[in-house]
Amino acid sequence: MGKYLEMIRVRFLMMLAYRTNYYSGILIYSINIGAYYFLWNAIYGGKGEIEGLSVIQMTTYVAVAWMARAFYFNNIDREIAQEIKEGKVAVEFIRPYHYLLMKTMQGLGEGIFRLSFFSIPGMIIVSLIFPIEFSAAFSTWMFFMVAIILSFIVNTQINLLTGVMTFFFFNNDGLIRAKRVVIDLFSGLLLPISFYPGWAQNVMDFLPFQAISYIPSMIFTEGFTGSAVWEAILFQLVWAVILILPIQALWVIAKKRLIVQGG
Amino acid sequence: MEKVIDVQSLRKDFKSHSSRSGLKGAFRDLFTRNYKVISAVKDISFTVNEGEMVGYIGENGAGKSTSIKMLTGILTPTSGTVRVNGMDPHKEREKFVRSIGVVFGQRSQLWWDIAVQESFRLLKKVYNVPDDVYNEHMNHVIESLDIGPLLDKPVRKLSLGQRMRCELAAALLHNPKLLFLDEPTIGLDVLVKLKIRNFLKEINEKYKTTILLTTHDLTDIEALCDRVVMLDEGQIIYDGELAKLRSNWGEGKQIEFQFGEQVSGEQLQPLLKELEAEWTKGDRDNVWIANVINEEHVISEVIGRVVAANRITDIKIHEISTEEIIRNIYEEGMLNG
Repeated sequence: MGKYLEMIRVRFLMMLAYRTNYYSGILIYSINIGAYYFLWNAIYGGKGEIEGLSVIQMTTYVAVAWMARAFYFNNIDREIAQEIKEGKVAVEFIRPYHYLLMKTMQGLGEGIFRLSFFSIPGMIIVSLIFPIEFSAAFSTWMFFMVAIILSFIVNTQINLLTGVMTFFFFNNDGLIRAKRVVIDLFSGLLLPISFYPGWAQNVMDFLPFQAISYIPSMIFTEGFTGSAVWEAILFQLVWAVILILPIQALWVIAKKRLIVQGG
Repeated sequence: MEKVIDVQSLRKDFKSHSSRSGLKGAFRDLFTRNYKVISAVKDISFTVNEGEMVGYIGENGAGKSTSIKMLTGILTPTSGTVRVNGMDPHKEREKFVRSIGVVFGQRSQLWWDIAVQESFRLLKKVYNVPDDVYNEHMNHVIESLDIGPLLDKPVRKLSLGQRMRCELAAALLHNPKLLFLDEPTIGLDVLVKLKIRNFLKEINEKYKTTILLTTHDLTDIEALCDRVVMLDEGQIIYDGELAKLRSNWGEGKQIEFQFGEQVSGEQLQPLLKELEAEWTKGDRDNVWIANVINEEHVISEVIGRVVAANRITDIKIHEISTEEIIRNIYEEGMLNG
């Protein structure tokens, strides 16, 4: 276990080595939150609530969704693809660890870095500028914590799946880009799932994407209450377990047919 | 003697598709593809004993890297058996890789953006090296490779020679019994090469580390290895002592004369009468080379006759280099002796 913890630390150091990325990230996220705030204000106009969410809940939803994204988002699919294309994956195979687990830990290191130096200070600043409602209930915070950890797991699993597919396609930039759009759209980052038409909501109940953004944000804004919270977390948990299967299967096949590119 | 590497009729086939020509062909490629099977390694067998330093040589594309990748468990063999350190590299991967060290000259295994010592620290955790063992072993390695001052620099700021020494230290961090070096001295200057060679010799003596070395620089092999395994088109064409290779193939010597005046072939020809020798013209003006067999009386006879008949400004005796021997072997395709 020590090696995996050490990897989180190393990733932390790597994030510190590239500080410019960090500063530009803050800027991009503030612009996004600001833009969505004004957009939603215009949409609400004088209305008290839409689809069960008030204006303030909506603003909180947007802010939390973006701040949670800073935690669960990572580029490990792109990194895996690049390591395969450059043949660096050969070096990973001569190490006594599970490559995909190590990649997950790198993602976690990145997530923890952003959560502590980016999301939390960012959230404080945003709450000073925009009217945001924080829940007073301790249980909401606890559920939210569990939910974002699960959303990290589900998102990372989807990234691993996309990354490992490089073994089969050799160049899957298109797939990675498509995956990113699908996640932003279907995870509830841009638009809460409850705003979609009924049939689309039914379809999305069978897809893992809402586990990434919609569920933690709804828990935080108390859009989910009572048993709905438990059901939502169960939904995340089930997907986290189901997704292990295709990853492991693809990984086993990939290892067998591995061709190290570039000599 | 314990066998460290035991390879029996190892084979690796790659399936590669060939693209059809033209636009029409490209469309057809979308649906069905032509596959060709290429054998990179064709049924090779060899064993390496503990403490040996073996040079693994061959031209580009001879199958060296492919076979090394199978020995390290990166690639799965198509057929044949591989036992390294008593294990199957692919099946028992995590346990197996703890017992080997690998340096790929062309790709870094240190983390690019962080200081060297952070990479070392991570590897120490990865290989579960206890503190006291690490300190004793690594202090020695760091001192011999002279990388102490580099430890707090990020890898991307190191020069190639500095990086290579750090790579070597990283590969030896867990003190493996077996070390694979894939072109470790590529692009390095003479001083760094010497330092690395001395270090490898020392490690080999001290820990009886077995070393398998691939390189295009034959001076590395000459300096380090007693035994060479030579590959050509996926097959082993020579496996044995380097000295024997030299004595079988490097029979002749070349005597290069620089004459003080213009000489012609006809003038020189009579001088070698009744001797096993012949003339070839040198690269520069008035330079002629006598190719002779490696026997004392022939060599002194040739020199004696030429010096007596002509004015000489310079004379050099060359032994045929290993490089030339190997070039000869590849040109003739097969080794017959």
